[in-house]
Formats: sequence, structure tokens, C-alpha cells
Amino acid sequence: MMKTDVVVIGAGAVGCAIARELSKYDVDVIVVDKRDDVGGDASKSNSAIIHTGYDAAPGTLESQLVVAANPMYDQLTKELDIPFKRIGAVLPAFTDEQFEQLPAIKEKAFKNHVYDVEYLSKEEILAKEPELNPEVKGGLYIPRESLIDPFILVQALAENANENGVDFMLNTEVTGINVENGAIKSVETTSGTIETTYVVNAAALHCDDIAAMVGKADYKVVARRGQFYILDKNTSCKVQTIVLPIPTKITKGKLMCPTIHGNMLVGPTAEDLDDKVDTSVTTEGLNSIYADVSKMIPNVNLRDTITQYSGLRPNRNPEGLHVDVYDDLAGYVNLSGVRSTGLTLCVAMGKYVVEKLKEIGMNVSLKDDFKATRKGIPIFHEMSREEQENIIKEDPLYGTIVCRCETITEGEIMRAIHRPLGARTVDAVKRRVRAGMGRCQGGFCGPKVIEILARELNVPTEQINKNLDGSYMVVGKNK
Amino acid sequence: MYNFECDVAIVGGGPAGLSAAVAAKKEGAKKVLIIERDESIGGILQQCIHPGFGLSYFKEELTGPEYAGRFAKEAVELGVEFLLNSMVLEVNENENTVICVNSEHGMTEVKAKSIILAMGCRERTRANIMIPGARPAGVYTAGSAQRLVNRQNQMVGKKVVILGSGDIGMIMARRMTLEGAEVLAVIELMDYLAGLTRNKVQCLDDFGIPLYLSHTITKIDGYQRVKGVYFAQVDENKKPIKETEKYIECDTLLLSVGLLPENELTRKAGIEMNPITNGPKVNQYMQTSAESVFACGNVVHVNDLVDNVSTESMKAGKFAAQYAMGTLPMATKKVENVSGENVRYLCPHSLSVAEENEKVTLYFRVLHPELNATIRVKSGDEIIATKKRQRVNPGEMENITFDTSLVKDNNVVVEVVKEA
Repeated sequence: MMKTDVVVIGAGAVGCAIARELSKYDVDVIVVDKRDDVGGDASKSNSAIIHTGYDAAPGTLESQLVVAANPMYDQLTKELDIPFKRIGAVLPAFTDEQFEQLPAIKEKAFKNHVYDVEYLSKEEILAKEPELNPEVKGGLYIPRESLIDPFILVQALAENANENGVDFMLNTEVTGINVENGAIKSVETTSGTIETTYVVNAAALHCDDIAAMVGKADYKVVARRGQFYILDKNTSCKVQTIVLPIPTKITKGKLMCPTIHGNMLVGPTAEDLDDKVDTSVTTEGLNSIYADVSKMIPNVNLRDTITQYSGLRPNRNPEGLHVDVYDDLAGYVNLSGVRSTGLTLCVAMGKYVVEKLKEIGMNVSLKDDFKATRKGIPIFHEMSREEQENIIKEDPLYGTIVCRCETITEGEIMRAIHRPLGARTVDAVKRRVRAGMGRCQGGFCGPKVIEILARELNVPTEQINKNLDGSYMVVGKNK
Repeated sequence: MYNFECDVAIVGGGPAGLSAAVAAKKEGAKKVLIIERDESIGGILQQCIHPGFGLSYFKEELTGPEYAGRFAKEAVELGVEFLLNSMVLEVNENENTVICVNSEHGMTEVKAKSIILAMGCRERTRANIMIPGARPAGVYTAGSAQRLVNRQNQMVGKKVVILGSGDIGMIMARRMTLEGAEVLAVIELMDYLAGLTRNKVQCLDDFGIPLYLSHTITKIDGYQRVKGVYFAQVDENKKPIKETEKYIECDTLLLSVGLLPENELTRKAGIEMNPITNGPKVNQYMQTSAESVFACGNVVHVNDLVDNVSTESMKAGKFAAQYAMGTLPMATKKVENVSGENVRYLCPHSLSVAEENEKVTLYFRVLHPELNATIRVKSGDEIIATKKRQRVNPGEMENITFDTSLVKDNNVVVEVVKEA
């Protein structure tokens, strides 16, 4: 039987941030996740924004964590080499009613200790964001709303945790949790039983199912689907900032913003679903995005879309972000209600959960050999001609372009496969080095990536999956 | 940086690039270089192992590799040089340079007197046409599947539905059937075939594969791998009719829903584009708005026959060589070619009319099918050329030839009208 001190269930942003924080201490940690890759669920399909928390419900745990997390990103993204850009958000008001809402929004930001929100006049907001509907009356500017590469964020946290001793068990589903004398004893998984003292439930969409295994499911998770468009880097209408709508009572609404890589992102919808796996896109959903966003950005050209996707936000019923520990269940920490702000607050949550674990008796001290930094994969197309020349001399595979839309080399793909928690699937390659993220969506490089994965992992091509087990790409050789 | 100098540099070693290279050499260009991304020349023809190529150019039926092979052999014999496994990153029209990269030489700068763009096209994807539903493995563009099957010896699936009646889709329907897969349906949104009629006969009818015109896929089903697709008939506005929706169980969906010229380099170089073809605007010399840069083949507009690509590319090669040698005719006036009734676009887009008369051929596609049609070229009030066609179809390219000496105005209008 495997033995550890802490099992973290869920390798999303929150699970990986907790793992990385734990890896600073002399404690054994295993992260388990049913998917093929870290960050494979809600953490990969969201708006990729690091929020300030200006609009959180003041005084809540969610507000505290988001507000605390935002400033951490300047240093964290340097330490872990994560693409990050503080570009700021605008909140335009188009009607008198919306205009009258602005003071209340600013006041709420103030209550959340977000003190740098500014009013913008019509001229100022149009100068910041020329693509806005000229009917705009004015608005707010939230300077620290920022862009991040959400895939790299989770990978970097996980890779760094892994380098500091945390084990990851992927393609591993938790099937049960054993409790003895009111304390956590072990976790049953599809890859075997893990004896452990502590369990942290960071299973997001499935955290209620995990909680039910220990009789603590006093809430339900409802999947709230959000559909998005990604537009070509060459699209005719680009925004310079994160353009957020004034929220209504029902929803935060649909936004448009650049991605850190220069595409445009437009969405999301908000649809409550009966199941927790349906990441379909629908015609109605996609059409509703145009209807809403074109009111703010009249020239938005969704015909320039290169992909559409949807993500499921784990919405808690009853609402609210909770981190619970229990008097009658020693060693168990339950996270619930981590929703769209999860990508932002994960790093603060990591610290918060470690303190919770200490509170319930985890006795640990800091390691003296914790390595805080991680280097990303050198990106060919971001280099100067001279740097490109040098890296090809070092590694000739950097001279072979595999993905022509995004100019990704075989050297980068090789590094994506052969690094801590390396890529094992086509999508994992894509989320590490962007091969297949461009306008042809893997039409040209897909077959080549399958070949490289099979060659490097030394398995037949029919064992190469798109992502999950069963998502095979080819069925075998021709007859 | 590795340096290379030549008279004519050609970006792309597919059928367009090869034909252009051969013509440039024959015209007298001394040093002609093809820069090709792949490990071998021939482009997409390398995976087109079916016959049907060369009927108009060579007057015999060849496979794709055979067709490309003839030009490749001639190019080699004429002394055309090649940089293989080399991806062009930048075309700089001001300095007449092409920056490319490969494993052997690293960063490479090619200096040329003229440059020919022959990058071809790419396929429209699931995202381009926004097919709703799940996003499992098993959704391929027909060309990607063709590469996997024909070049990598990898079968992509066993039970196949094809969306779109483009030529590659129909050819893959036959190919997948021959490889033991079951092709359950070819589904086409329009009420007419997108590809060539001969492909419907030879690839669908001969194998009993049903074609559903005026139908579309309404939803993809499957979480890990495709489990099936929902499809339905569409109304006159191309909207699915809910009551006609049906389900087909399958593990693979192939898409043959159109091609897009691959013009990222062209755009980056600031060359003027045509929004309808998504290719650069060219004159009858296949010369772009940057006078030292020429373009040919599917990068200019999507062709249905490679034979047309060769004919057009020979022009590009010939005139790019003349440009390099300083013998390209001087234009006395510029004439716009204007799309009239039932003409979607014209290629070339303009004429550089010189003193001496020239026969020029304009290629074009119609907007909708028509029977007993007349193609007319008008210059001012005069009709300067006509041609009768029993049937015209958006899927099949049309052309008309006339003398530049007859052009009186600053534009010519081409129209396709039904005979009275």
C-alpha cells in the first residue's frame, strides 16, 4: 500500500497551489486526479483573468482570498515563469441606469479593499478602449485586472510542487475514503489504496461527490456552463483592455478581452446543467454571446473565430466559498464553492489551506532545500533572430517547425513531453506549447504531434489519446 | 545567419511552386530556389494517391504523386535548387529577402530578385463553421485524415460520417471504404454538390454511400471519442428543421467544408488582399501589389483542378523570371476586372495592359448554378468576348479568354447570364 501524509484530491489550479505550498514543508503529499493532465477541467476553460475582487461580496472568504491573491501574481509569475500581463479592465456604462450604478460598484470595491478603481469620462474610456460603442457615457477602470496563461499557471504550480517532492497520480479516480475512529485512514483510488493522515478535497465540480464519501455533503454542486469564442490574432476588431459589462442581478455577464497570446476571447454564457460533464457548445449559447457583446463592442467579428469551447464552473448550492474542517472527522479539509474566481484565488487558497491543516494538527516545519523557481520551455517565436540562431545550434530540433500557425518547433514539443509531469496526450502538448492552438486547430500539426508522442513515449499510435482515456486519435494501421 | 542568393525564390514546393520553378528556369532565370517546409517536395499531392490528375494538362490520368513527380523530375533536371524542411518565417518585399529556418542551417536569409508565393491553402475547421456539440477526439478535417491514412499509414476510424461534399471529402469517403471503414453518410448543407460531379459518381455512387443534400450536422455526440452525430434537413435559410433530426452512430466525423488560402506571410508582408478569395490581388502576370512578389496556385484562390494550378503557376514562374531579368512588359494602363452578375470573384483581379496585344484568361466562380448560361466580358458598352456553357456550378471553376487590345475602358466586367 502507498503511504503519505496528505492526499490532495483534484489537480486543478487550487489543488496544485495547495500542493506547491505544502511542498515547502517536510511533509509527504500525493495529488490525485481522474484526468490525464493537471488543470484539465474548470482550470483550463475560463476567461483566463486574474481578478482583483472588486466585485466580490464584501467580508466573505472569497473576497479575502481574491483580494489577497491578486498582488501575489507579480512575484509568483516571475518565480515560476508564467505569462502574465496587467492590462486592466474597463466597465463601460451605456444607459443612464448603468451610469447610476457606477458609484455603488466603486463603493463595493472600496469595501473589498480594492482602492485603485477610477471613474472614467466618456472621452477617457474611449481613449482606453476605442472599440467601445460610442454611445458610452463613461465607466470605471480597474487597473489590476490581469491576463494569465491559465494552463501554464497550473502546470507551473504542479511542476514546481513535483520538483519539490510532491507525487502526482493522474488518470486516477478516487472511489472511496476510509475513516477509522473519527479520523481519515486511507483513500481508495482506481490506482490502489493510499494510506494517509490528511485529505484535502479540492475536487471542484465533484467535491460534493467526494464529501459524500465521508458523509459531509451538506451542499450540492451545480455545473454552470460557460461558452466562449476564441478569435484569430488577425481579427478585424481587437480590444486593448478587459471589457466587462456592468453586472445584472443574475449574472456577471459576457466580456471581451485579449488573451495573453494575442487572440481575442469573448464570452461566457451562464447555463446551469443537470450533469457535470457536458462541455458542449450550442448554437443558442454562441448566438447569445454575440447579442450581448455586440452592444458593448459593435464591431466584434465572431466570424474570425478559430475555436469555441465551454467550461463548467462548480456552483455551490447554497452559495458561498467554504473551507470546512470537522470536529468529528480528524484530518479532513473540504473545499467547496470555488467558482470562477478560483483561478485567481488559488495561490492564496494554498496558503490558507496549509494554515487550516496546521490548525487541525499537522505538525510540519519548513524545508531548507525548497526550490522556489521553475523555468518554462523556451519559446522559439518569442526570441530574437540571434537567440533563435543560438538555440538551433544547441538543439537542432528548434529548427523544425511543427505547428505552422503558432510557429512551434519540435524542440519545444520534445521539452513538453520530457519535463516533470510531461505531456502524455495531444491536448497536454497543446496546453504546454500551443501546438494546435492556432487557426488550423491542429489540422497540419496534429498528425505530426501524434507521431512524436508515440515515438517519444515508445507506444503504438493508437494508444495516443486526445485527452482522457478512450479519446484515441487513430485506430491502428491501414489494412 | 546562413545566406543564400538567387534570382527567383519560391515559397512552397507543392504543385504551384514546382510548376513556377520549371517555368522560371525555362524562361531563363539562372538560380531558382524552392523553399519547402516538408521533408520532400510535391506538397499535398503526396497524399493524393488516387487517380484523376493531369487529364487536362498531360492528357492522361495520373495519381497525385505521379503528377507532382513529373514536375519534380523536370525541376531537378533543369537545376532548380531546394531548401527542404525549411519554414519561411518572413517575406520582406522591400529588401527582397525571405527569412526561413531549418535544423541544418539554422536561421537562413535568402536574397532574391523576385519572390513567388506558393504556400497553398488549409482546410476550414469545425470551429470555422461552428458545429455545435461535444468536443471529443475523432473529428478530423478530411485532409488531415488523408495525411494520416495515406502518408502515415494510420487508420483514423471505423464508422465514418462526412460533412461537406467537397472533393477531398468524397475522395476520403472512397478511401476509407477501401480501407475497411463503413462510410455512413455524406452530408451537404447546400442543395448542390460542392465538389466535382465525377467525384460523386466515382467515390459515392459506386460504393453506395448516401449523399444528403440540404442537410447539416446539428450536434456532435461523445465525451472521449465521437459516439455519433445528429443531423437534420435545413430550410431555405439553411436553418435545421428540428422535426427532421436523426442520429447516426459513428466514431469519426470528417469535415470537407472548404479551403482557405494560407496567407499569413502575405498579410505580414503588407501585400494587398482580396477579401473574397482571401488571397493576394494579382494581375495577369500573377504579380501582387508588391512588384517583386508574385503568387500562384491555391494561395491566390482555391482551385478545383491541379491542372489549373500548374497553368496559372507557369505564368507566375515565367513573369517572375522576366521581372528578375528586367524584361517584364511595361504597363501603359491598369484595368480593374469587375465581377458582374452571377460572378463571385475574378482572378486575376486587374490587368497591366502593355502596348502589345496579349491574350489573357480570367478564371472565376459563379455564385449559383445555372443552365444554358452565357459568359460575357464587357468593356464599356461593348461586349468583347462571349462563351456559352450548358451548365455552370460554384464547385467548378470557369474561365474566359480575350485580347487586351479590345479593352477600351479602365475596367472589364464579366457576367454570367441565362440565355434568353
